[in-house]
Amino acid sequence: MAPSKDVIAQHGLSEAEYARLCKDLGRDPNLLELGIFSVMWSEHCSYKSSRKHLKGFPTTGSRVLVGPGENAGVVDIGDGMAAAFKMESHNHPSYIEPYQGAATGVGGILRDVFTMGARPIASMNSLRFGSPSHPKTAWLVDGVVRGIGGYGNSIGVPTVGGEVAFHESYDGNCLVNAFTVGVLPANRIFKGTASGVGNPILYVGSKTGRDGIHGATMASAEFGEDSESKRPTVQVGDPFTEKLLLEACLELFKTDALVGIQDMGAAGLTSSSVEMAGRAGSGVEIDVAKVPRREEGMTPYEVMLSESQERMLIVAKRGREDEVLRIFHKWDLDAAVIGRVTGDGRVRILDGGKEVANLPVGPLTEGAPIYDRPTRRPAELDALQAFAPATVPAPRDLGETLRALLARPTIASKEWVFRQYDHTVRLGAVVRPGAGDAAVVRVERSEKGLAMAVDCNARFVFLDPYEGSRLAVAECTRNVACVGGEPLGLTDCLNFGNPERPEIMWQFAEATRGIAAACRELGVPVVSGNVSLYNETDGRAILPTPTVAVVGLLPDVESAIGSAFRNAGDLIAILGETHGYLGGSEWLLMASGQLAGRPPPLDANRERLLQTLVRTLIRIGWLSSAHDTSEGGLGVALAECCMGDPDRPVIGATLNLDPGKVAPHAFLFGEDASRVVVSFPAQHQDAVLESAKQAGVPATVVGTVGGDRLTLQGLLDVPVTELSRAWRSGIPAVVKQPTHI
Amino acid sequence: MKIGIVVFPGSNCDEDAFHVAGQVLGHQSQLLWHKERDLKGSELIILPGGFSYGDYLRCGAIARFSPVMEDVAAFSRKGGPVIGICNGFQILTEAGLLPGALLQNGDRQYSCRDVTLRAERTRSRFTAGLAPGDLFRIPIAHGEGNFFIDDEGLKRLEGEGQVAFRYLDNPNGSRADIAGIVNASGNVLGMMPHPERNAEPVLGNADGRRILASLLS
Repeated sequence: MAPSKDVIAQHGLSEAEYARLCKDLGRDPNLLELGIFSVMWSEHCSYKSSRKHLKGFPTTGSRVLVGPGENAGVVDIGDGMAAAFKMESHNHPSYIEPYQGAATGVGGILRDVFTMGARPIASMNSLRFGSPSHPKTAWLVDGVVRGIGGYGNSIGVPTVGGEVAFHESYDGNCLVNAFTVGVLPANRIFKGTASGVGNPILYVGSKTGRDGIHGATMASAEFGEDSESKRPTVQVGDPFTEKLLLEACLELFKTDALVGIQDMGAAGLTSSSVEMAGRAGSGVEIDVAKVPRREEGMTPYEVMLSESQERMLIVAKRGREDEVLRIFHKWDLDAAVIGRVTGDGRVRILDGGKEVANLPVGPLTEGAPIYDRPTRRPAELDALQAFAPATVPAPRDLGETLRALLARPTIASKEWVFRQYDHTVRLGAVVRPGAGDAAVVRVERSEKGLAMAVDCNARFVFLDPYEGSRLAVAECTRNVACVGGEPLGLTDCLNFGNPERPEIMWQFAEATRGIAAACRELGVPVVSGNVSLYNETDGRAILPTPTVAVVGLLPDVESAIGSAFRNAGDLIAILGETHGYLGGSEWLLMASGQLAGRPPPLDANRERLLQTLVRTLIRIGWLSSAHDTSEGGLGVALAECCMGDPDRPVIGATLNLDPGKVAPHAFLFGEDASRVVVSFPAQHQDAVLESAKQAGVPATVVGTVGGDRLTLQGLLDVPVTELSRAWRSGIPAVVKQPTHI
Repeated sequence: MKIGIVVFPGSNCDEDAFHVAGQVLGHQSQLLWHKERDLKGSELIILPGGFSYGDYLRCGAIARFSPVMEDVAAFSRKGGPVIGICNGFQILTEAGLLPGALLQNGDRQYSCRDVTLRAERTRSRFTAGLAPGDLFRIPIAHGEGNFFIDDEGLKRLEGEGQVAFRYLDNPNGSRADIAGIVNASGNVLGMMPHPERNAEPVLGNADGRRILASLLS
């Protein structure tokens, strides 16, 4: 019997899509088949709106071993080792149920990485919340942070860095983007492929329940007032089971019994089995009656669409089933042979031997709809960009303004957040959260280190999606350079509103064009990523937020440095030029309430020279610290240099800055790109300046580290403890907790 | 010395302890699977940190029933040295090998930070290499490290010199600032801080190595 119109609509398929489905199938689908089509064709699984634009990314390079399309990207880190990493969003579930939504986001990204054969060594996250005064914000921040900690701490993968920002556009849609990196032997990479006709398909991990049915479809729809009623579609995480699954999989990877493996993430058993068949050009036959279950009476529909967590689908070599089963049973996990690989290009679902679905693989995967959605530049953008920040009155007291900026939750210390994450487990954290522009993690059993940072200034992206996205890539690679890392690859989470609105689609198209341009200009390939659309509630979209994370290599992890001043007597220099661009700045937002103007320009050539210089100076060992300027400009960067390292006492600095023709407040709080504040022992002054000259990077020695005040002669003079108090109060004020740190 | 490190399901500091005991301090170290009833000739046992069995009940409450724990208990009764770090400490109190209990942190939040520890005077072999009053910066990472014991128990611990480490900046509300204790015979030690996490200079400082050098000597 053909499904009714209502049933089709409930599955999120348009009439045109349903007609296309029937044509592909040659008949009407039954309910199970409709369910399978609907999740595979959901935005979340099919990338139908975004795929066209993602094709512009540079995805190859001498270090790239696995690019986009697999569970995670893999890059070569030398000496036979590789790093696998990816970032993924869990926005919609986290807004509905922050603890479990965030926790399962961490669980999902960990599985994506260890599926490749890697031992996860570090996680990060990028979080966006609504206005600090919005009634839900405190609850969301607290729940999301506890959820991330609850999962990551238990499984024992350190959470070493991240970013947290606030803006009212996220009031109804918080963002939770989770990143994980793992290491593996370069010649032992595993992929999600179901090849070899007759090979057994095994189900391993937790039992299947009714949780999360249609999570992928939920993530592909806008929220309305009834979003809370979607709570039953949020999955529940079990980090203990995932820890067992991780160890069992790592044990399995050491054997040669494995053909392919894939995480059952969004759309569970359906997407994992269909995608594995799609990649191999094969078919699969699965008997749902053999799937381990934790609830009675589940229908084939429910089993195929469940998003129960901590499950993997494995294709093993024929005859090696027992070996695989033995490993998972040792770890007290469920494991069962549930089907086999076929050669007919079909997905056949059986229930106790009786066929209940029979679909072609092609139309579900490569043949899924691809849309070239209309784009339109937002009408209000011209007026926004034409806004002149100089029309906003300059502040009278620069010291007071700095203090106020430091207390803004977006800029404030994130210590309240990262204290709840175990960052020291696995003996890797060389540059800890808050101590450097990027985290640095020692690669186990080697002298190498991996630097990692995650960034996106969505204010800039909103005002100019192309330039703003270029700036995000520049900032992220600069952060990696500021600890001594050389970027190996980039992963992204592209968070946008409803792509069916041409203005949103324009933002998306421009942002992907910007990321692609900056990655080419700076020589960083995109190796993995994720798209999250429909981040809007009642027609109000989030700021376009294409979050990027970059992983870099340090051949000698001991050369890494942090961002905070270390030694009294060290000299301070600024690398790069300051013109005082206030467009889209945090100061402008604070002073005028306006998000307007043009983002600062980015000269990619200058950026590249700057990053190379900083990295070189660090590796030689001349620098004591390096910190890039971002939100809040030079003023905030200098304050952070004085108090940034949470494990060290604060220290002062005296500087003689010359704003020249630039207004003092624009000089201090403008957010010009391509600048780094460095400190070094006086004995290295000539060498540092000469190196900068040769590199063609402007460098000015501006002061000395020491004392207990931040003194910018003629501009401001404030005790560092006062700045520190303001900076540390920002987040506890949001979550309404006393500052006790 | 031959050091056995027990791997419970959910242990996550087992490899860290293995690395530091073996690679950093040069002992012969081996991992012991919790289902096996064999300590494989170990001369010292470490129960490492983690979330054994997910810590879904009380921390350590299930791990104490693991088969290997019978052997660990028998080993300790014969005077064999046993060290529990973090979750290992929680397991030792649940198993009755150490007095007291570890409650949720006073502020009800998980906390990962460096704290300052002071070594105290005990009669135990574990602290023989440490001078009472010595200070150490050591990482903690726990949600339930708030040491509790009743008044009588506390009096006994203090009177018998069973307090091995105290916090200078109590991070979790522990009674009498207690961070680590030994049993009455001095051959079982539990501590919440993680000395294995900073036993190498590249990880910040090597204070943890000074502590472990004494504990494992």
